[in-house]
Amino acid sequence: VNNEKTTKIGLLVLFAAFLVSGGLPLWKHRRFRMPLVAGPGVTRILRLSDFVPSLKGSVADTEVFVLEGREPGGKALVMSNTHANEPAALLTSLLLIENAVVERGTLYVIPTFNASAGRNTKPGDGYPLYFDVPTSWGAMRIRMGNRDASPLEQWPDPDLYIHYPDKQMLSYLDVRNSNRTWPGRPDGPLMERVTYAAMELLRRDKVDVAIDMHGAETMFPVTNCIVAPEKSARIATIASMTVKAVEGFDNHVEPSPGNFRGLSHREIGDFSETLPFLLEAPIPFLDQPTGPKTVKLMMDGKDPFLLSLSRKKKLFVPYDENGWSMDKRVGQHTSVALEILKQFSKKYPERAIRLSGVPRYAEIVKNGIGSYFHDPAKADPKSVHYQ
Amino acid sequence: MNIIMILYYLMTAYLVVILGWNFIREKKSVNDLILILLVLTPLVLRLLRVK
Repeated sequence: VNNEKTTKIGLLVLFAAFLVSGGLPLWKHRRFRMPLVAGPGVTRILRLSDFVPSLKGSVADTEVFVLEGREPGGKALVMSNTHANEPAALLTSLLLIENAVVERGTLYVIPTFNASAGRNTKPGDGYPLYFDVPTSWGAMRIRMGNRDASPLEQWPDPDLYIHYPDKQMLSYLDVRNSNRTWPGRPDGPLMERVTYAAMELLRRDKVDVAIDMHGAETMFPVTNCIVAPEKSARIATIASMTVKAVEGFDNHVEPSPGNFRGLSHREIGDFSETLPFLLEAPIPFLDQPTGPKTVKLMMDGKDPFLLSLSRKKKLFVPYDENGWSMDKRVGQHTSVALEILKQFSKKYPERAIRLSGVPRYAEIVKNGIGSYFHDPAKADPKSVHYQ
Repeated sequence: MNIIMILYYLMTAYLVVILGWNFIREKKSVNDLILILLVLTPLVLRLLRVK
């Protein structure tokens, strides 16, 4: 009896140690708050619950930063962390919030669109929980998220996700993928309410342009591109050709497939007057045949296996010893987004949107993305917001 | 948290209690004790809302 008791107590102690050592980092990760310093351009902050009240108090009730110009004009929405494991998009949003000044029109920025996915982790693959962006004031720590919302917010998954309203059958996982639940509904699962809130923002505020920023594998054909439906195709094509010719990085346009439902570039265009654009920048970190998924790979995008595949012409992007750094990816997103706004403003001068203070590709690659972020410790506490 | 999610948490708690009871009742096999604890791991992490 004593032996049995001792064995069980020993096993329970080991079990507790196992739970604490494995669970504590995840518990801390979920509660880690990323500071951002709202720049001089930010005039108001909204929340998604302003559009769908049932989101209030939930993790999904994320902030919408509004940057209003002195002159009235058009309106644009920029979103990132729709997929929270594609962080160049998040850094681009932070760059806009901290630095952009709107001269004309209004810019809405949602940095952590799927706030639950930003607090989720990928099982397996050994993904890092955080990565650091070097700045002049020290390391800026960013929480690495996952593609889908956490089951802690939305559980259980169905056997199949039946898209609303098209009834297309999608993977069960897509019920937590906020780029499959557009246009959403006010009383649906949590991610449908998140996308519905964004749709309501676009419809109520008559937003002209929506830019959803992502990252895609170098082995995936839809990468290094703008995905656009028919109504946005002209502006996307001119923007893509311009950045390619003037700024020297590769980019192309992919048509938004009409029969693949739930994606922002399809449903925003079909269910509102807004012109949607989805930006993809290559992210070697997400490719399957790479070495260890380290922070270094996340930041410099250098991998010997991808280099070997590139020599065999198996990648969809140009890839060499220089890899595909975070600075390049953020620079691409920034330049393409600015070019879309410029081309939209040319086509609709009465709805023009003009920004200043935002660096473009070459400048970001030269200076490093970290040089554009401000030290939250030295900023006015009122301007520091936590994501 | 909707009603289905609450039911799933109740089901998880029920499984934790049953497994805990099996752990107490098991007299001989250390292998079974370890297996019970392994099965308990994700259930406890979910109840604690860690993962």
